[in-house]
Amino acid sequence: MTRLVNIRPGRKAAAGLAAIPLILIVIGYMIASAVRHAANPADKLLPTFMAMGKAFKNLALDADPITGQILLWADTLASLERLGIALAIATVTSILLGLALGLIPLIRAQFGALVATISVIPPIAILPVLFIVFGLGEASKIMLIVIGITPVMVRDVAAFVAALPQEQMIKAQTLGAGSWLLTIRVALPQMMPRLIVALRLSLGPAWVFLISAEAIAADVGLGYRIFLVRRYLSMDIILPYVAWISLLAILIDMALQFISRKAFPWANRSSN
Amino acid sequence: MSLLSFRNVWVEYGDKVVLERVNIDINAGSFVSIIGPSGAGKSTFLRLALGQEAPSQGQVFLDGKPLRPEPGPDRGIVFQRYSVFPHLNVRENVIFGLDCASSPILGRSFGAARRRAVEQAEEMLIAVGLGHVMNEYATALSGGMQQRLAIAQALVKNPRVLLLDEPFGALDPGIRADMHELVTGLWQQHQLTIMMVTHDLKEAFKLGTRVLSFDKRRVDPHAPHRYGATAVYDMELTRKNQAAEAARMMAAI
Repeated sequence: MTRLVNIRPGRKAAAGLAAIPLILIVIGYMIASAVRHAANPADKLLPTFMAMGKAFKNLALDADPITGQILLWADTLASLERLGIALAIATVTSILLGLALGLIPLIRAQFGALVATISVIPPIAILPVLFIVFGLGEASKIMLIVIGITPVMVRDVAAFVAALPQEQMIKAQTLGAGSWLLTIRVALPQMMPRLIVALRLSLGPAWVFLISAEAIAADVGLGYRIFLVRRYLSMDIILPYVAWISLLAILIDMALQFISRKAFPWANRSSN
Repeated sequence: MSLLSFRNVWVEYGDKVVLERVNIDINAGSFVSIIGPSGAGKSTFLRLALGQEAPSQGQVFLDGKPLRPEPGPDRGIVFQRYSVFPHLNVRENVIFGLDCASSPILGRSFGAARRRAVEQAEEMLIAVGLGHVMNEYATALSGGMQQRLAIAQALVKNPRVLLLDEPFGALDPGIRADMHELVTGLWQQHQLTIMMVTHDLKEAFKLGTRVLSFDKRRVDPHAPHRYGATAVYDMELTRKNQAAEAARMMAAI
């Protein structure tokens, strides 16, 4: 008999298998929701899909009577702006520090331990400091994300650059490359796909820090909204918002993966 | 005057003596094979010529001038592995060396300079038998083809001396024979000076015009690192005595 570890599903079978647990969760939710609504038609804890759809439609299509804005888009735009700026700062910092730490032994000796130390500080613990230093505006929220993800990204790409084969570095020098050309023509291009991987892995923490910061001090944003309506037990808004945030996270991740495949085909070849 | 000279060179790591009292002159146009048991400092000797390592005592001279302990474009190198750039295609791998010289800021040439570089690179690639894969990424090539590429990269810079560190050690016997033919051909055609470290005695005698054998002259069994290795045999080969020398060498080992 074929061993369990050797049975591999085909493409279609795999897709079917993947769908089963998701469908079961949805059905389970619908049953639980129906049971609760049979007992109490005004139940707020497990809203029906109809109720969630209606609440989400209101937020996505109708303008808020007080501010005149469509809340979902205002929240999404505000959150993505904070996330985008923070990711951009983290990426640029990682490129510069990653190359410097990875390639130049003097800089590694001087700042390596410092970066390692900073990366163990829990970012949320210094959120009060950020609020005090940067105020309650956008800067503190962006800084929280930057401080939360940059040290890990820097350490990852710096270690990758330092681990590039020594033979390649020597070879490049015998072909006339100095420190600068080694940096931009040998190390930088090879680091880029790894940087995108580091960025993709940092997206999860970045969302956590974004929503945390928005929950504490904001007047618009996806995290702000779900923590605001929590006071009214509005699960019909919270659940669609969580789904929406997840969808955005997946789309950003897929976009980064797509860019990496298109821009660095050589990097994905060797892994095959 | 010899092209490369080692004057009373010692290499020590702390208490460990790797090379001692190395005095060797390499003449322009020679093909020097370097052999010896593992740990006898063959590769250290090559790294001295490369500039990857500095002597603890003594000096290395290139064209009569003291050699700065840093790799430079006057000495080409082919390692056993990892000496091609995986993020560039075959053509760009060769152009890299030309661009480094012509464009120190961007590392990329444009216009007429670019066309000249492409032409020169393609000529070199055809010479090493890679004319048909110029658009492939370097990592898509087989081991033997990657070594051909590494040789092309080095030769396009017209180095004073070409250093080969076990260049064919990882290749199949058949491919290795092809590579021997290629290297011999290029050596004659470009009038190169070559230093090659190898584990393969046959290869050393087949290709070289001179064979250096590194080993320790003295061994203290209680302190195996107390004494370093040096060139214990130094044989000039001519066509006539090649077979005889090889036989004597084999007998001695």
